Amino acid sequence: MTKLAKPMFALLLLAGLGTPSAQADELRITARNATWQKECGACHVAYPPSLLPAASWREMMNTLDRHFGTDASLDAAQTKEILNFLTANAGRRAAVGKDGKPLQRITETNWFRHEHDEVPARLWKDARVKSPANCAACHQKAEAGDYGERSLRLPK
Amino acid sequence: MFTRHTLLLAIGLPLAATGARAETPNDFLAGFAKEAQSADANFKGFSAQRGEQFFKARHGGEWSCASCHTERPGQIGRHAVTGKRIDALAPQANAERFTSRRQVEKWFKRNCNDVLDRACTAQEKGDVLAYLMTVKP
Repeated sequence: MTKLAKPMFALLLLAGLGTPSAQADELRITARNATWQKECGACHVAYPPSLLPAASWREMMNTLDRHFGTDASLDAAQTKEILNFLTANAGRRAAVGKDGKPLQRITETNWFRHEHDEVPARLWKDARVKSPANCAACHQKAEAGDYGERSLRLPK
Repeated sequence: MFTRHTLLLAIGLPLAATGARAETPNDFLAGFAKEAQSADANFKGFSAQRGEQFFKARHGGEWSCASCHTERPGQIGRHAVTGKRIDALAPQANAERFTSRRQVEKWFKRNCNDVLDRACTAQEKGDVLAYLMTVKP
């Protein structure tokens, strides 16, 4: 390594560590699939695949006929396409419930709890929010996959 | 029989060649009528009034159709749990409704399970569609 290259290398390394790349990935979702967007997005925001690990998505797509109290079943071809998309872009953090099964609710993951620990309890119960599943109540650009703070507006 | 099949073929082939065929609410109504007729020889047609009652009633469970589609299905609805916007269901208010077999079958299967905990009969589906077709935007 030349005299100049060494500090440059260190700088690059620092820059690399400094950029909140992992964080940015979660705040701005780029992975997209038309079937996922249309079908999952019919009843709620199409939740980003990175918010649950592959095991959770597998369990979910296997039990769509009993999906959080509703029948959300799809035909086999669409189920397979969406599952492939979800697992290919799944998160890497483990998300396992107390019963040892893969978590199904994003709101029960440690990551979600941590990110939302400053949200006051009354807000979750606000009629305009209705449910923690309603990302777009505060994340104004959730439909477009943007969960950054710039587009964050808490109902007053 | 031969002539009837030939006629069906003559109509069916050009349609198949153009790919997925766009359907109309009346096509679905006719399909439900055929199904209802074969299920019950005494089938006497659909009733928009009966459909409206069915749509607005709870059937032993927590939800009615109107829980999400509202009592005025010519207007925008909201998902009863998530609050997500649901486009108007009445064909006069939303030209996309009842134009795709895949969509119609998918949603009747899901929503009948959610509201009635069983599949709907062709009579029930036809009554509801007959009602929805009368609803103004």
